[in-house]
Formats: sequence, C-alpha cells, structure tokens
Amino acid sequence: MGMKLTLKIWRQKDGADKGRMVPYELEDISPDMSFLEMLDVLNERLILDGEDPVAFDHDCREGICGMCSLVIDGTPHGPQRATTTCQLHMRHFQDGDVITIEPWRAGAFPVIKDLVVDRTALDRIIQAGGYVSAPTGSAPDAAAIPVPQADAHDAFDAATCIGCGACVAACPNASAMLFTAAKVTHLGLLPQGQPERYGRVTAMVAQMDAEGFGGCTNTGECTAVCPKGIPFETITRLNADLLTAARRS
Amino acid sequence: MDLFTEGEPIHDTRAPDGPIEERWDQRRFGGKLVNPANRRKLSVIVVGTGLAGGSAAATLGELGYRVKSFCYQDSPRRAHSIAAQGGINAAKNYRNDGDSIQRLFYDTVKGGDYRSRESNVHRLAQVSVEIIDQCVAQGVPFAREYGGLLDTRSFGGVQVSRTFYARGQTGQQLLLGAYQALERQVAAGTVEMFTRHEMLELIVIDGVARGIVARDMVTGEIETHTADAVVLASGGYGNVFFLSTNAKGCNVTATWRAHRKGALFANPCYTQIHPTCIPQSGEHQSKLTLMSESLRNDGRVWVPVAKGDTRAPGDIPEDERDYYLERRYPSFGNLVPRDIASRAAKSVCDEGRGVGPGGLGVYLDFAEAIARLGRDAVANKYGNLFEMYERITGEDPFEVPMRIYPAVHYTMGGLWVDYDLQSTIPGLFVIGEANFSDHGANRLGASALMQGLADGYFVLPNTISDYLSGGPFEKVGDDHEAVVAARKTVTDRIERLLSIDGDRTPDSFHRELGALMWEYCGMERTDEGLRKALDRIRELRTEFWGSVKVPGENEELNQALEKAGRIADFFELAELMCVDALHRAESCGGHFRAESQTPDGEALRDDENFAYVAAWEYTGEAPVLHKENLEYENVKMVQRSYK
Repeated sequence: MGMKLTLKIWRQKDGADKGRMVPYELEDISPDMSFLEMLDVLNERLILDGEDPVAFDHDCREGICGMCSLVIDGTPHGPQRATTTCQLHMRHFQDGDVITIEPWRAGAFPVIKDLVVDRTALDRIIQAGGYVSAPTGSAPDAAAIPVPQADAHDAFDAATCIGCGACVAACPNASAMLFTAAKVTHLGLLPQGQPERYGRVTAMVAQMDAEGFGGCTNTGECTAVCPKGIPFETITRLNADLLTAARRS
Repeated sequence: MDLFTEGEPIHDTRAPDGPIEERWDQRRFGGKLVNPANRRKLSVIVVGTGLAGGSAAATLGELGYRVKSFCYQDSPRRAHSIAAQGGINAAKNYRNDGDSIQRLFYDTVKGGDYRSRESNVHRLAQVSVEIIDQCVAQGVPFAREYGGLLDTRSFGGVQVSRTFYARGQTGQQLLLGAYQALERQVAAGTVEMFTRHEMLELIVIDGVARGIVARDMVTGEIETHTADAVVLASGGYGNVFFLSTNAKGCNVTATWRAHRKGALFANPCYTQIHPTCIPQSGEHQSKLTLMSESLRNDGRVWVPVAKGDTRAPGDIPEDERDYYLERRYPSFGNLVPRDIASRAAKSVCDEGRGVGPGGLGVYLDFAEAIARLGRDAVANKYGNLFEMYERITGEDPFEVPMRIYPAVHYTMGGLWVDYDLQSTIPGLFVIGEANFSDHGANRLGASALMQGLADGYFVLPNTISDYLSGGPFEKVGDDHEAVVAARKTVTDRIERLLSIDGDRTPDSFHRELGALMWEYCGMERTDEGLRKALDRIRELRTEFWGSVKVPGENEELNQALEKAGRIADFFELAELMCVDALHRAESCGGHFRAESQTPDGEALRDDENFAYVAAWEYTGEAPVLHKENLEYENVKMVQRSYK
C-alpha cells in the first residue's frame, strides 16, 4: 500500500512568467522512493496526460554534485538535516501529507523555469578569487608543503561545500556569505592559500555584493540548512580576514 | 546479413619506440611546439568539465590558447567526477614500501587483464607523481599525517600504499581544484564558459574536426561553434544500462556523434560492474549508489544456503548461511577483485538464493566485526558509510546486515585514440573516461581520477601543440556548407522527436533498453543471449521512433527532449556493445563470456586470438572491425588467479 500525497508545486513557464502554485494528487507512492523519484512518477504521468512536466535540477542523485535545489515545505532541501533533496526519502513523510515545493528564492538566482534557477552568480564569486594561482607544471613536490593535520582537517570541513546555494535560499537577506566564507576558509587555512589570502577575500566579497546577494546579519539559517554542515564559524573567519585586508590596504 | 565485417588493421603511429621509460620524453621532444605569441590565435573547444575536461581547459587557457568550454550542468563544478570516493594513485613511494613507476605500470597492465597499451600505461604511471604535486599546490585538502605530510592508503588489492585521498570525497576535492583553476582562466579571459549547453553534433570539414553544434538548454537555440581543434571529455556511457552509479545526465551523445562522423569506437563492451552498491528497492528506482569497496575489509558476504529462504537474517543460523566468497576463494575471501565479486553475487542470486526485494541482493554482514572490534571502532571506520546506507534504505547496518548488489560503474571502452590522444578524425582529441585509453578490460580502483587528470593537465596540453603547430587554419564561417549541414542534422532530429507524439515516455524506453542490456550484456554474456538482445534492441529502437512522446517544444528548457535525444543515441551504442561482446568470444576483465571459462568457473582469456583492441567503424549498417594488435614487451601475460 503506497502513500497518497498532495503536492503544491511552483509552476513558472519562463523568467518572464509570473508563476503560481499548482496542486497535484499522487497515489501509491512507495516510502522507499527518493523525493526526486516521487517527482519522476509525477512527470511520467504528466507527459502521458499531454501536460508539461515539472522542470527541476538534479544530476548525481547521491548528494554531492549540488545540482538539486528544492524548497520543501518552506525549507531548502526539506525536513531532514544535513541531507540534500536527492537523498531525502519518502519514508519521512506521512500518508495524506500536503507538500509544497518551490524553487530557491533570491534576487541573484532568477527562475529559469518552474523549480530551476540560475546560480551562475556563485561561479562568478569563485572567478573573483576562489582559487590558488598555481599554473599546471609549476608545483613543487607535494611533500615540500607540510600542513598541520588540524589545519588540513578544518580546511577540508570548509571545502566540502557543494555550491548548491541552499544557504542563500534560507537566508532572510539572500546572502551568499556562507558559500563565500567556505572557500575563503578552505584556502585561507592552507599554506598554499596565503599569498593571495587578503586579496581573495576582498575580491570575493565585492563580487558577492555586485551580484545582488544581501549582507550577512548573523541569523545562522544558512548553517541550519547546509547539507554539508559548513560551520557558522567560517563567516567569523571571513569577517576577520576582511578586516585585516582593509587594515593592510 | 553479417553482424560486422573486418577491415584493415589499425596502428598507433604516434607511439615512439625504444625503452619504455624514455618514450614520453621522446614524444614530447619529437612533437612540434607553438610559439606563445601564436597560441592566442588558435582556438580549442573542450566538451565536458570533469577531471579531464576541466583540467584540460584550464591548462590550455594558461598556455594562452583561446578555449571554449562546454558542460550540460549549470556549473562546471557539477561534472560527475565529483562523486568519486576512494582516492587517486601515484607512484610517489612516500611510504618506502617498494613502490615505483615500474610497479604502478605493472599493476595497471595486469589489472587491465592485458588488454591495454604498454606505452600509454607507462606514461600514466610516470605522470601520476606530477598530478599529486599539482593538486597539492592548488590547495586540495588531502588527508595528512600528524607531522603534516601526506597520508596514503592501500586500495584495490595492490601490495603498496599509493592511494592519496581526501576522506571519502577525493573526486570532489580534485574536481574543485580543477574547477577553480578553470574559473581563474575564465576571469583571465582565456576560457569562455558555456554552461547548460549540450553538444549534439561534430562539425567535420575535409575530414578534419572543426567545431560542434550545441543546444542552449535554456533557450533551445541551436548554436554552431567553430575552432581549430575539438577535445571531447564527455565521460563514459554506463547510463546505457539506465540504472548505474553515473549521474542522471551522463550520456554518450558527444562521443557517439563523433563516432558517426568517422571516429572509431574501441572496446565498447568493456564495462566495469562494481560489487558493492545499494540494491534496487523497486520499479521506481532512478539510479544506484555505490558504497565504498573498503567495506569488504570487515564485512562478510553471505546468502542463505536454501533457495527462497525468506527468514530475517538474524533468524538464519550460522550453519544455514553460505559465505560463498570465503568458500570459493579461501586465500582472498571477501577481498577478491571487483569483477570476481560481482559475478559471484549474480550467480547465487540466479540460483534463487538472493535476499531482499526481488531476490537481487546479498548480505554484507558486520556482526562479526562488531563483536571483534567493538561498535565504536566499526563506527569510526565506516560511520559515514553506514549513515549513507541508512539514509537510503532506512535500515541500520549495526542492527541488520547491509544488502548489496553489483551495479554498472565505469566504462573502459570509448573512442579510439593514438598516443597523442587524437582520434581517427584529425583535430579531434578524446580524454578521460571518454577515450578507450589505459585501463584495458578492467580498471583498478583509484585509477580513474589518475587518468582523467593525467590526460587533462599533462598529456593533452603537450600533444595537442604538435597538431596546432600545423596552423593557422582556414577560418570557417557559420555559412560553410558543412556547418549548415551539421546544424540541419540537429534541427531535423529535434523536430522529428517532437513530432512523433506517441504514447510512451522517453524514460519508459530507457528503462526497457537498460533492462535488456543488463540481462544480456551485463555481468555474464553468451552468444545466444547477445543475439537475442540485438534483435530486441532493434525492435525497441523502431518502436521508440514510432511511439515516443516528447512534450513541449524546442525553444524552452525541455528536459524530456534532452532525455529523448540521449536515449536515441544509447540505442545505437547498445547495438555496437552487443556486437563487440558477441565477437569477443573470450572472457577478459569486465567482459565475461559464459562459453569461455575454466573448469572451476573463472574467466578464461584467449590471448592467441583476442590480444587486440577492437576499434569499430560506423557505416550505418554492419560496423567494420579494425584490430590494433597489442604487444607486451615489458610485462609477461599470465592468467589471473585468486583462489
């Protein structure tokens, strides 16, 4: 016996369309399905009924590519903590539930269609300085750069960011601070990242502002929804680096 | 009609002779260079932004070429290399445990079951050490020892510790390194990035690759892009099976379109089936998830002795369990190589002794390890994997044994390339999983990341200059007849797909094709089964073109249309895979032919008749087979045994 569900899904034909919530009834949903497989079932039916299937972003479906991006019942990536939409399974819902599904909402993430948004602004923040300038072939021997284990560990924690943008979607200011801070922290903790450390943070924050993301007011919603649990302290670190950068300039 | 015909043999004319350890130096010295001032006048298209494509586009940009980079995702950072877990091999010998370039070379040739090229594999082993240096310099957070030096671990049954890793997310960290290098070049203006773009055709002029036709997946616009060379880094074709560990969007279209334009396709039947994946839970399943192979270090694999035993695992007494890997392979036990473990799981399930839904699963039991090491120690080693398993299945591996089943993971076959990584179409280069390259008939663990980055950072940027030095090339306009024709092929095909308006969804065809391939061209293949599959694939393909229903229009984001186009190409590839599997009447690596086994059921190679690369030419009808003979001067061919 499968579950019966009512879905209320944001439908928007393109960027120019105003958009609206549209209800759909689903029956016989297995609790073993992933959330996206449940949407697959809906789309198979819509195609056969001659209706436009619901567009949504997804790719790896194993929680690492960062492409899936649904706001489920008001929460980016849905009710299960530290879990991307694609790893969320229907056993966490009840028979008869009404589920609302919306796209990431942020001025810097314009809707392309239905639940698909444009997140290229995040790539441009990386372009502004989210790298170490190390052209291919120029590297010293790997063992020549020791990194204290604790620093490597903390750098890794920040580096696990999958760039999904849930932090932006959850933030009342639509700030991309956690995303930016994760990269600033990853590279700033490593010896390889030191030469460009202060220029990097300044340029990335400037780009974040230029893209129309809001400022950070320390509400912490970003960390709460982050599927990889990027620590809130990364933002403190970014602010400290930004202050030092301002002092040095 | 014959299934295929045989044509002239093919040779790798770029591979230098002489001592194997000097060949890469020799080739680099023999190849012509392009003056830095002239590089900005030369343009290169790179399709795909995984480890191979991302690193190649970044490096070509650094060298000063004008690069156009394409990916179907919304960002180059999402390419499926991101999902690789285990690690990356390099012959650094930091452990002082006897490793060397020679040993990595030997292990990889043997692991590939003697179906790869010695010259290529040796170069891969040489370049492996530079890759680790490069990635560390970029800030890839590899695991470290207390003293701050790099940690390594053992992997895939080799006897040295040469695998560098970043927790269980090595692919993610390596890809982000390449992605950041790529974005740096985008900012520098050397690379122009085209996201949400899918290559749908190759432009060939006078036999030379000069560009691609791509669809803007947001607006539906069909664009033509011309360049002086084209690099395909579009990954593998495991999604022909519908269910695989690949991302949903992974597809064969870029390489298949190039194949149709004249690039030979090599060894398409070589597929790697990974033994430890989470089994299918129902008809709705959309993809399969890999669980790291490291679990087999402490988990014991078993099924009930009796067929159709539906008791809960805890209710089955010890003497009614069959620890079949330990029984059949006493010296390697649960740690036999991937291909052996996968086939053994299939055979117990075929006997009706499988567990879980549909009887398609075997237990991977940690009870003994928990009793021996304690719950905490097991949690420390495998905690994140246990969590991932529980998230997907809803079952706690501390309480009930995991259920696992093999799944398609990687494809060793791909477009044929020479030592320069150039295909049989001049100006068309193929790198990473998209080429047939260095893994022979079976890929060893932690070698895919190594090969992708070797090709992209170090091999291609050095070999492509020899080709580009032949420039400047004649400029090609959008109105060139070959460009117009290629564009028309694409628009006609899209119009045809949209106009069928049948009564079956694209996915329903893909699922049926995948099931066929899994049944007849999966873990075990037979002459009879493959012939049956060929008949059925052709019928299904006809049905697809008669009754698929693709909603909407081209001029919008249309995910059903994207899928339908990919499936159409998978149908053609599936046929070639079956022909290749049928003609290769031996068993080797990931290709197991039931007719070719030892008396105790192990794979039996036939070196006398099959020690060659099968490179297939597209004709529209029966394909033409070109054989590239494989010679082993440095490694002695022997039969593998794990008893």
